[in-house]
This record gives sequence, structure tokens and C-alpha cells, in this order.
Amino acid sequence: MADKRMTEDEAVATLTDGMTIGIGGWGSRRKPMSLVRALLRSSLTDLTIVSYGGPDVGLLCAAGKVKRLVYGFVSLDSIALEPHFRLARQNGTIPEVVEYDEGMLQWGLYAAALRLPFLPTRAGLGSDVVKNSPFLRTVTSPYADSEELLAVPALTLDAAFVHLNRSDERGNAQFLGPDLYFDDLFLNAAAPGRRFMSVEKVVPTAELLENGTFHTMKINRSMVDGVIEAPNGAHFTNCQPDYERDEAFQKEYANAAKDPESWSAFVDTYLSGSEADYQKAVAGR
Amino acid sequence: MSDITLGEICVAAVADTFRGDGEIFASGMGTIPMLGARLARATFEPDLLVSDGEAFFVANNLPVGGTDKEVEGWVPFRSVFDTLWGGRRHVVMGASQIDAFGNQNIANIGPWEQPKSQLLGVRGAPGNTINHTTSYFIGNQTSRVFVDKVDTVSGIGYDRAAQLGEWVRTHHEIRRVVTNLGVFDFNTPDHRMRVASVHPGVNISDITEACSFELVVGNDVPTTRLPSDEELAVLREVLDPKSFRDRELPA
Repeated sequence: MADKRMTEDEAVATLTDGMTIGIGGWGSRRKPMSLVRALLRSSLTDLTIVSYGGPDVGLLCAAGKVKRLVYGFVSLDSIALEPHFRLARQNGTIPEVVEYDEGMLQWGLYAAALRLPFLPTRAGLGSDVVKNSPFLRTVTSPYADSEELLAVPALTLDAAFVHLNRSDERGNAQFLGPDLYFDDLFLNAAAPGRRFMSVEKVVPTAELLENGTFHTMKINRSMVDGVIEAPNGAHFTNCQPDYERDEAFQKEYANAAKDPESWSAFVDTYLSGSEADYQKAVAGR
Repeated sequence: MSDITLGEICVAAVADTFRGDGEIFASGMGTIPMLGARLARATFEPDLLVSDGEAFFVANNLPVGGTDKEVEGWVPFRSVFDTLWGGRRHVVMGASQIDAFGNQNIANIGPWEQPKSQLLGVRGAPGNTINHTTSYFIGNQTSRVFVDKVDTVSGIGYDRAAQLGEWVRTHHEIRRVVTNLGVFDFNTPDHRMRVASVHPGVNISDITEACSFELVVGNDVPTTRLPSDEELAVLREVLDPKSFRDRELPA
């Protein structure tokens, strides 16, 4: 039985420039932040990032890692607008932008997970999503209705990052909070070999059901290639019920967008070392 | 009851948008839309489903920011998408810009390619508006919000829907727009926005000055109704004892 435990840096070392990486969670909720921080430490560039975006997107944009961004929204939840993402958009520093309806993003991931070229929907038709992403095509229903529908192309990922509450060392995992979000789809949309899952705690398989009902066990080991034990790994986003969002830190992060000096001071304080250094700096505030 | 605030008038006007909706998900984005949905359910539309804003339907009259929930259902985002694609939802969203036919923008201001101001992105607005009834609440109506042409069509209006198929034309409905000045609907032959009522103390000229496009104005525009004593009691004592409604919209 494979023990899939590894470090964030080992996971990121399997990636190459220009890859498409899907990041689970939602806004500023249960984001695989320790994996995102490992991406920031790496020399990787020209990435395509697919996300229901929060500070993952803001940080990667601020670091100039993003060549193409695919999102339904980018928000910090309690701070509605993500300041680093805003700056990147307003300064035109993201070369390619694909802005989808939230449901279209789900459909693209689901199509990839099912190995279909596209899935049809009405969501997006008539809106400027279609104008702003001219590669999108429609498909006509082959049945009597002959309705024209939007064909959302599969969002096939080279790699996926998600953060869950508990797993065993083989990658059987559970979410203990109110929402799985679309983490299973991110994993299933990604190429086998690069599906990485950080968790708050690795436990023996037999202990999983002590933490929650079987309904929480939505991730099985065939969906996961690497398990990273990362306590507080979603910080500063929330990871209910293990912890809530660190609102004070999120404010500090958002305020640091106000000028380049503030941002470079933030990077020096929190993002210039290892994950252990980050956690130490956070705890030492 | 006296001293009715603008916030309370707006909550009641939002609640009225859910009248007749029955057993569907009444969803409100922001304090006043959320209160409107909860007020409608607490009073004249008891079959509505309302959420805690996270992942649960709550059966009790949950106050804004309240945590004492009587959970009657689990609706993680995936279920919300299923519900809305299935049409069993009416959402009241915000709008950074809206035009005469109800096209709404929450994505960005200025050119999409490089915006002057990047906002949220289109979020769920395209899917919401094409799948189920949508209304809007706008707390600061100005001529820069009620515009000739929105910068990025997020939620689709009647002119856009008319160019799509029969199914969309049948199911698309922008029911009402509630602002700090009045209530608007699209009950006109070509679905151009119409002044449905003006809030107490507001003149038609205040409304037309805060609008860049031509509004349909009838001869006898009514005044927006005041919340009833029962509604005020529920709102003030149960749903919003800390008056979040008035922080969003001062009296």
C-alpha cells in the first residue's frame, strides 16, 4: 500500500513552466495555501491558474506567476474585492484572462473529469462572457427542441491542489466543514501523477469515521497522488471546523496592496522563507 | 409604528419581489436583499426557503449575523447550482451598473480587457438570469449606475434574452429593481424599465436625474408602500435587532 506523504516542495518540484494548475476551495475558504506558498517559492512561470478565486489568485498574480487566469470570481469574502487581483487586472499584467460564470467553471471541470470534450449549458449565453472569450462555441441540441446551447470546453488540468481536513497516508480524505466546494472535480479534472492534497492532519484509515460520518468521505485514494500534512495549511483562509479565517491577517494582506513598499515589506515578513518560517511569523505576530 | 427608515422601506420592497413565489429558494445577496427574503418568508410567503448565507436552509427566523439555526436542509454550492439551473430560485443581486432593459454588471468598470476598476467578475449572474427570476437591489442609484450601456453584461436583460431561443424567452424574468429612490419593473411592451413606485419623499425628477437612460414614467406613479406594523415588528425585534439595515442605508 502506497504511502503518498510528501512535502509541498516535493509536490511543486513535479511541475514545469506553463502548466495548468487547478486550485480548490472557494474565495477565502479552505484554500490549499501552503501549496500556493510553495508555488511562490518556486521558479515556475507562465502558469495557467483555474480557481474559484481568493488569495491564491491574488498572491500568484502579485508574484507574476500567471500567464492565463480562468475564474468565475475572485473575492476574499469578508473583503469583497481581492486587491492584488484587481491591481493585476487594472495594470494589465495577466496576459490572458478567461472570466466564466461560476456554473460554467464547474461544467468545464466536470467535462474534464468525465473525459468529455465539453458539456452543454445555458449559463453564459447572451452575456459578455461569450464576447470576452471568443474561443467559446455553441452546440445545437440534436433533439426536436433544436436549442442552441453553450458548449463549455473541458478544463483539463496538469495538476490540482486541494486542502482537506483529514486523510490517511494513502489519500482517502474527508471534509468536515459545511461544503466540499468543487475539490473532487479539481482532483478528477487533473492528470494522474500530479493530484496533490494537503490536509490538516493525517490519521490512520480506521480513525477517519471517528471524525465524521461516511458522508464526509468524498475523496478516495484513486483521486490523489500526493498527501501533504499541513497543519494550519489553509491559513489565512478558513478551514472549518478546524479554524476560522484569520481576518486580522487577511486585512494585513489586503492593506499591503496599497503600494509596492508595503507589499515588499509583507513579502519580506511572511513569504521569503519556508512554510515553517511562514507559520512561525504568523504565530509571532 | 413611526420613524420608518429608508432601510425598512427597501427591505419591504425587496420582500414584495418574492410575493407569489411559493416553495422556492429565496436568495438575497447583501444585507437588505437577505432581510427582504427572510421578511417575506416570516410574513406573507411562508413556503419560501431561505439560507444562512453559507450552506444551510434555515427554518427559523434567523437574525442577520445570527448563529442559532434550525437547519431544514443542506445546500452546499453544488446544490445551489443544481437548484438554480433547475429554476427553483429567485435571487436579488446587487448591480454596479444596470441599463434600460435590465442588463446588469458586477464584473468591472471600464473596458473588460484592462478595466479602470476590476470588481468581482461575473460570478453567477449569467447563469442566474438565464435560469430563473432575478431582481436587483441598488443602494446608491445615480446616473453612473443607471447607465445607457453597461461595461460588461454579467446578468442578461430583456433585449439580450430576446435574441436567444424560445426556452430562454419563456423562462427569463427580471422582476424588479429596488433602489434607495424607488422601485422599478419591466412591465412595458418592449420591457424597457418603468418606474413602478417612488419612495416617500422622493420626486420623479430625483429619479430621472439619477438615471442616464429614458425611463418609462406613467401618469400616476404610486408611492412605495410602508412596511406594516407586523413587518416592522418582525424586522426590528427578530430579524435585525442590531439595525444592520440602516448601516447599509441611512435614514
